[in-house]
Amino acid sequence: MSIKKLEEKIFKGLMIGSSMLIFGVLLYILYIIIKKGLPSLSWEMISQIPSGGFYLGKEGGILNAIMGSLYLIFFSVVISLLISVPVVMYLNFTLRKKSRFSAFARLTFDVLFGIPSIVYGAFGFTVMIFFGLQASLFGGIIAVSLLIIPVMIRSIDEVAVLIPVELIEATKSLGATNYETIKVIVRQLLPGISTAVLLSVGRGIGDGATVLFTAGYTDSIPTSLAQPTATLPLAIFFQLSSPIEEVQNRAYSAALILTVIILILSFSARYFSRRFSKNKI
Amino acid sequence: MLKSRLLKDRIARHYMLTATVMAIFFLFLIGGGLFVNSLPIMQEKGLWTLLTTSNWRPFKGEFGFASYILSTLYVTGIAIVIALPLSLLTSIYIIEYASPKILRAFSSVVDLLAGIPPVIYGVWGTLTIVPFISESLAPHFVEFSTGYSVLAAGVVLAIMIIPLIISILMEVFSAVPKEMREASMSLGATKWQTVKKVVIRKSIPGIIAATVLAISRAFGETLAVLMVCGNFTDLPKSIFDACYPLPALIANNYGEMMSVPQYESALMFAAFLLFFIIVLFNVISRLVLIQIDKRYQL
Amino acid sequence: MELITVPLTIEQPKSKVMNGSHSHNPHIVVENLNIYIQGNHILKDINMTIPDKSITCIIGPSGCGKTTLLRSLNRLHDDNVDVKITGKLFVDNEDIYAKGTEVTHIRKKMGLLAQRPCSLPMSIFDNVVYGPRIHGTRGRRKLYEIARHQLVAVGLWDEVKDRLKSPASTLSIGQQQRLCLARGLAVEPEIILGDEATSALDPISSKTIEELFVAIKDRYTVVLVTHTLRQAKRIADYVAFMYMGELVEFGTADQLFNHPKNQLTKEYISGGFS
Repeated sequence: MSIKKLEEKIFKGLMIGSSMLIFGVLLYILYIIIKKGLPSLSWEMISQIPSGGFYLGKEGGILNAIMGSLYLIFFSVVISLLISVPVVMYLNFTLRKKSRFSAFARLTFDVLFGIPSIVYGAFGFTVMIFFGLQASLFGGIIAVSLLIIPVMIRSIDEVAVLIPVELIEATKSLGATNYETIKVIVRQLLPGISTAVLLSVGRGIGDGATVLFTAGYTDSIPTSLAQPTATLPLAIFFQLSSPIEEVQNRAYSAALILTVIILILSFSARYFSRRFSKNKI
Repeated sequence: MLKSRLLKDRIARHYMLTATVMAIFFLFLIGGGLFVNSLPIMQEKGLWTLLTTSNWRPFKGEFGFASYILSTLYVTGIAIVIALPLSLLTSIYIIEYASPKILRAFSSVVDLLAGIPPVIYGVWGTLTIVPFISESLAPHFVEFSTGYSVLAAGVVLAIMIIPLIISILMEVFSAVPKEMREASMSLGATKWQTVKKVVIRKSIPGIIAATVLAISRAFGETLAVLMVCGNFTDLPKSIFDACYPLPALIANNYGEMMSVPQYESALMFAAFLLFFIIVLFNVISRLVLIQIDKRYQL
Repeated sequence: MELITVPLTIEQPKSKVMNGSHSHNPHIVVENLNIYIQGNHILKDINMTIPDKSITCIIGPSGCGKTTLLRSLNRLHDDNVDVKITGKLFVDNEDIYAKGTEVTHIRKKMGLLAQRPCSLPMSIFDNVVYGPRIHGTRGRRKLYEIARHQLVAVGLWDEVKDRLKSPASTLSIGQQQRLCLARGLAVEPEIILGDEATSALDPISSKTIEELFVAIKDRYTVVLVTHTLRQAKRIADYVAFMYMGELVEFGTADQLFNHPKNQLTKEYISGGFS
């Protein structure tokens, strides 16, 4: 018996240790980012685009990257929604439950979910070459949309399967068409869809590999889809590689800005999903 | 009235089907697109040469991917070796032993960590892990290390994928029915015995799925690794040496692509390699899961 | 240990006359037990003595606390948060709620059959020998004997002897419940607890489980929570009637069903409320 007790004690110790380690690491990461990023954070950073000497340490800010990322993710989310929502509705509420097609589809989406962002970036690049496009907002949108479609599908699917079968049967027995039933369901799923959107934004806005080849980089805020655009992850990355300390420090504050954006998104997503489960039927 | 309703229904159905087929098709489109773009270099050099030689001199027309492939494997391997045990231990503790308050606090922490973009981990890695390895850790083992190394990349990746694994495992363990735990405890098993023999056993499919996802993510991660791996082509002799995983290769060199013939095709080949390995891995593990389900009906 | 064969024909309900030659000692004594769950006073001052080697049925309308009481017998509430328990509970003269009492040896004395059969995620064989293995029994021959004995005892042997290694989840619900009983018996308990053990089963499987309880009662103390009066009438030796967290009446089956002392009991057994 005592060997068993010993085993239990050892593992319990390991478990607690590992939990504390992980908790500690998160706090440490946040601490470092704040510590390094706060000093260089200024109103200027988020309200101005880089001036001529920005990369030499002079005035300006990263508004180009902030706006660029926002535009990029906005369009990507719209495109992604246009595809993800119908897909999930189709798999869950139009096809029969156990159809082989839906099993195959889900497998495909699981695989797509695991594909790294740089592959999406490289593919986006080949598409652009094929159509003769330049690195631009549009190119970035293609790559990021491809990246977040599987994320959105998975997230919405997770809540769609929770819809009780009785609700669907009820609307169907009232003579509703499939489309009308789906309209009702979508309304029901709106909180879940918002969570999915928030998660996708989180994933898409912070990803540098997708936009590396496809969106280009520029100091100005894009005014059309054909123009290249700066993005936050790349802004951080490029500035960090600079030999000038002032510029490096700005990279840290850009990292802080990005982290804050993500934290806000995360909290909102949690808030929405909790509200959703409270209001379930 | 009915006619227009039916018409709307038909249109909706077609739209949904189209969207679904398109989404499925993306997978093949991506694979196909990358493959087609890799053909030139594959035809010129031959698959075997590409995969097994280490000479990387694009301006001389030499493209050997071996050291990049190996770097990727090393880095991913280290990441998994660090991340998996820690994630398992932590998830078990949080779900099985910790109080609800701790559970709630921890899941917030995990969600937050999971959302932090890779580039931030990269920044943090250069600020903390790299100097640590260079100044404190490596001197015990090797003569010299800049800190930008296999180990740095592995550690940063591990920290990145831990929240992912934990969030999946937490769900998986919570899904084990309460009655099953009670049945085990009613027979006189201790909590730990119950966890070992019932909870973990029942969760094996979930654990496998989480691992597969984590490996996929680690394998293909670009920016974070780029910032801490050293970007040095020669094969690393120890974990304290710099390395050059495939994603970093692609990211660093895309600017040069146009200048040399075949360079573009080579990088597309690298991307295709990544794609192929990950898809293969995912499909194989899915098959394994199906087999487990059939045999053990957990 | 001799083999017990279980009759598979449907029998008439037995009459519940206690034969006086069989005297029963108290096996479980509940003393001033109060249980609060999330602040609600679920069990109010329960005092009860459960005799050994007999079947005691706890009856009462939904929500009266009978399941809570049953689960407190093997300290299953230990893992629930927000549960406060005061009072004493003696099993074989040992207060299981006293500070420092080791819980696994208490649980080993009791086998629990839950409402929905819960087979562990392993083979049929591994399910039955799970308990003995946990407590240190080794040796394939020995474990095999234990498995065979218990599976025969619950009448499952012939049905599964050729597929002991296949997953337990491949059995039907009725078979799984019998498997759970075999599993519980394998740890050689003294007490069998049943939490509405037949309510999820079809009538024939129910009957089989009931007959098993009757067959084993001369060697085990059986405590069952049941919410059908008919089951209690069929097999109980002693009956405890609970209402709103209180023990209203306790007596032999004959006493309680034929000469109930309490008005509430009278109303309940005549179908006044359920």
